[in-house]
Amino acid sequence: MLEIRHVNKTYGTRRVLDDVSFDVAPGRMTGFVGGNGAGKTTTMRIILGVLEADSGTVSLNGEPLGPLGRRRFGYMPEERGLYPKMKVGEQLHYLARLHGLSAADAERSTSELLARLGLSERIGDPVEKLSLGNQQRAQIAAALVHDPDVLILDEPFSGLDPLAVETVVEVLGDQARRGKPVLFSSHQLDIVERLCDDLVIIADGGIRASGSRDGLRSEHAALRYQLQTDADAAWLRDEPGVTVIEADGGYALFDVDDAETASRVLRSAVARGGVTDFARQHPTLSQIFKEVIR
Amino acid sequence: MSTVQTPPVARPYSTARTVWLVAQREVMVRLRSVAFLVSTGILLLLLLGSVVVSALVSLNAEPPRVAVVEGVQLPDGAEFRVTETTDRDAAAELLRAGEVEAAVVPHEGPLGYAVLAEDAPPMGIMQALSVAPPVELLDDSGTGGFLGYIVAVGFGLVFFLSAMTFGQTIAQSVVEEKSTRVVEILLAAIPTRALLAGKIIGTTILAFGQIALLLAFAVIGLSVTGQTELLLGLGMPLVWFGLFFLLGFILLAALFAATGAMVSRQEDIGSTTTPVTMLVMIPYFVVVFFNDNPLVVTIMSYVPFSAPVGMPLRLFMGDAAWWEPLLSLAILVVSVLAVLAIGARIYENSLLRIGQRVKLGEALAG
Repeated sequence: MLEIRHVNKTYGTRRVLDDVSFDVAPGRMTGFVGGNGAGKTTTMRIILGVLEADSGTVSLNGEPLGPLGRRRFGYMPEERGLYPKMKVGEQLHYLARLHGLSAADAERSTSELLARLGLSERIGDPVEKLSLGNQQRAQIAAALVHDPDVLILDEPFSGLDPLAVETVVEVLGDQARRGKPVLFSSHQLDIVERLCDDLVIIADGGIRASGSRDGLRSEHAALRYQLQTDADAAWLRDEPGVTVIEADGGYALFDVDDAETASRVLRSAVARGGVTDFARQHPTLSQIFKEVIR
Repeated sequence: MSTVQTPPVARPYSTARTVWLVAQREVMVRLRSVAFLVSTGILLLLLLGSVVVSALVSLNAEPPRVAVVEGVQLPDGAEFRVTETTDRDAAAELLRAGEVEAAVVPHEGPLGYAVLAEDAPPMGIMQALSVAPPVELLDDSGTGGFLGYIVAVGFGLVFFLSAMTFGQTIAQSVVEEKSTRVVEILLAAIPTRALLAGKIIGTTILAFGQIALLLAFAVIGLSVTGQTELLLGLGMPLVWFGLFFLLGFILLAALFAATGAMVSRQEDIGSTTTPVTMLVMIPYFVVVFFNDNPLVVTIMSYVPFSAPVGMPLRLFMGDAAWWEPLLSLAILVVSVLAVLAIGARIYENSLLRIGQRVKLGEALAG
């Protein structure tokens, strides 16, 4: 468990992080969501020790993190960068060795990872000769090559084509399944929604919401249902405790005041004709996001 | 391969290994750079060229042709191509015909001979024929004059050239990591100071290696062509030069790395490294113009930035007491430690500030 507790950071007079606390649980993909300038990158840099917090702690499994513990982190910074003139393979090998791997381990890890990311043929090419998408893959390889215990990835999907997004999603999923805490930030809320187990929402330097994705969804869900029947659904408008949002023939979208009303509506709908669909509507991540940062 | 057979094991952190890894990369990158190889090649060619040219010049300098009248006893050591003649008139005849440059004829003076020449006194021949009184020096360790000048300029040029080239190299290498943003990944993996130390050590190895290569070529070239005069007496000063060079170079490399870290683009390097460049250039020009002024050279031999040139020069001239290089070395060591501390601070505080140039005050304060 990676724990961030009461982290504050000020640049001059501007407060960029205000009492930031959240957890990244082992084996779970934690999505880190927030607008530009909300404090995501600063938080990640502080977790990595690249930047120093004014106060607050970062600890892994109860132990405060020192520079040596962070050597076992895999980091993909927002500002991408590798040595442009260095060959992909040599570069990964070098980074793996800086993280403490032996030459033989670094060698093996590099070739395995490049194969996994579909970059094997590019092992001898300088990074600057790669396409942008491949440079992104190389960047992800750089974060993974030393087989880190914890992954911190700042916008790992930006600049990737849909195929590459799939590859990266798989690779990161593997890492989480092996029991590692994975924290990643993204602007692409649809990807976060699909991928993350847990969610942390930050705005103006403060954590607005954090917890499991499904928990947050039900927490922020209005009691909204969708109904599709053979019969006309207009009768719903006269039902007590029901607010119809949208109705068109046999289709209706409506809010109810409590779960009891919902079951009553379902029973009457069945009595009036064949029900093909009756489902609770969960809010999308972007709806939750808009709501909590308001 | 969704299941890795045996996950790689990270070994415990070792500063020495980390620094060495960084240094190794620094050296490898440079050794593969065409620009570096070509410039080293050109330096070697220039050096070999000058050795060969000076050898050819001394080979072609043939002794002058001189007519000597029978019976005249030439002093020892006068090297001429002699044409014997029977009398003064025959010698004058040869002289007019242009077959000899001068003639030596009998004379009543204490030397027993006089020089006959066409329209101007032949200086070289007169010198060869003059008899100098024996000289004894109370202190014969010194070698001044022209040789001193050559050695001064030699030390100065070597230090100047490598400090400039490799100083710029390290500054560029620091900015490259900043401008390509790879620095953030590096700093997440290793301590800032290990990165700085690796870069300084790597660049120092390169600079030292290049100088050693040039020196080896010079010594071999001079020995093969028989010009060993310059090499004599250069042994110990050269060892001192090596030692001072090493420390002086580390001093400058730390400054170049720190000032380089203050900017984010290669184009801006000049704006912060210029003061350091001045520190490299001034001692060179001072040694070229004031190498025969003992006071200036003595001061130079103690100032950390010029000691690597000044002190070996004084040792070569033989006018430094045995304790002087040690004192100067101690001053240099202390300065290196101080500059490393300040440089590391500037480097640490500037490295992640991407964008505008970092002000010196901010870089020092953090």
